[in-house]
Amino acid sequence: MAYFDAASTEPLHPRAREALVAALDAGWADPARLYGPARRARMLLEQAREEIAEVLGARPDEVSFTASGTQAVHLGVLGALAGRRRAGRRLVVSAVEHSSVLHAAGVHERDGGEVAPVGVGRTGMVDPAEFGAAVAAEGTALACLQSANHEVGTVQPVAEAAEACAAAGVPLLVDAAQTAGRLPVPAGWSVLTASAHKWGGPAGVGVLAVRKGTRWRSPLPEDDRERRRVPGFENVPAVVAAAAALRAMAAESAREGERLSALVDRIRSEVPRLVPDVEVIGDPVARVPHIVTFSCLYVEGEALLTELDRAGFAVSSGSSCTASTLRPSHVLEAMGVLTHGNVRVSLPRGASAADVDRFLALLPETVRRIREEAGVRS
Amino acid sequence: MSSRQAPAEEAVQPPALTIDALGKKCPIPIIMLAERINEVPLNAVVSVLADDPAAFTDVPAWCRLKSHRHVASHELPEGGWAIHVRRNY
Repeated sequence: MAYFDAASTEPLHPRAREALVAALDAGWADPARLYGPARRARMLLEQAREEIAEVLGARPDEVSFTASGTQAVHLGVLGALAGRRRAGRRLVVSAVEHSSVLHAAGVHERDGGEVAPVGVGRTGMVDPAEFGAAVAAEGTALACLQSANHEVGTVQPVAEAAEACAAAGVPLLVDAAQTAGRLPVPAGWSVLTASAHKWGGPAGVGVLAVRKGTRWRSPLPEDDRERRRVPGFENVPAVVAAAAALRAMAAESAREGERLSALVDRIRSEVPRLVPDVEVIGDPVARVPHIVTFSCLYVEGEALLTELDRAGFAVSSGSSCTASTLRPSHVLEAMGVLTHGNVRVSLPRGASAADVDRFLALLPETVRRIREEAGVRS
Repeated sequence: MSSRQAPAEEAVQPPALTIDALGKKCPIPIIMLAERINEVPLNAVVSVLADDPAAFTDVPAWCRLKSHRHVASHELPEGGWAIHVRRNY
């Protein structure tokens, strides 16, 4: 099986596995207690916090661990809105944010708040001027912009958005789930969220970083854990493994990112050459190294995924027939690109050129067969 | 999801052909459109009736890829849209 779905989850990094096994023995005790095993767990937890903070460009005391990236976003969005309640109730989001941001925005809206989505161009990028204008509007409490889009890989102009936010005195939440460990974290965030399993750590660890000086109030009942930002007993072994994976990924990212990016370039140029009526989508240059998305006219996404799975390729799709909601991807809709026949290829660390070649060799016939069965005349 | 309106002189051109793709999931409405657009004369309008939400995005995207023109999408009272496409070549 060639695993090409790293944007959903990156396979566990070998460094993370080693760290996890070691920390299951050394870091099981309650880090809040005052005896030997507890001190050891606390030391492991705080060391992991320092390591993760360093890679993400945060201070250790700004970083809290959550149960997932989604929970980090929910707490980040709702907590920043609660902290800024007196400033206003307007929330600015890009139209292509991850569903966790949009679902948190939905809660805010049902609670009487206002949500202002900012549209994107054909490549999925927000226009910094438009984003800046939305942020400058009276009563804006928070703005959210992803570091890069999870479905099409387009990198967002976070630095410009951050400047506009700073000028308007509005905090900016950056969802860095798709880039943490792969690209440097852009400067200027007030709240930063990420997810360990996207960088080769274990599932069950999210990161919520709140920049010093940013007003934030927990939307959940508080307890003493994680600087009162996240309730519940920390998963110390998983956090330790997440730190090991992030350090390893970040250290490898320059070289490995370049290699994966060349494979993505190859897919981007070969697919339209080999398969008729295909649109490669997302920005060709301002993109993450490992994601490429294309849509095949007249092809049902689910049929294509099933055929590719049978041929030994694990890929994902934003087509409605593959989603539980039966609605097309809000990202593809916002971009105004084909939503059917959609395939996202996202290469994990170590993805081989041979597997990419095999994929490119097999795709044209697979698409041709599905079109033929659907009665499409070429 | 609002309907996209085009300039008035285009919106009033009555369709030369109506394709009923109501109840059909994408990509079937697009396949039907691609199959039948050549039945109308050059510059005539085809109306695609569709209620799969994907069609609302996909018919205009198809027009862009195939260099035809998406004229307008009108909401239907019973749900879905009449998506008007002008044959360009």
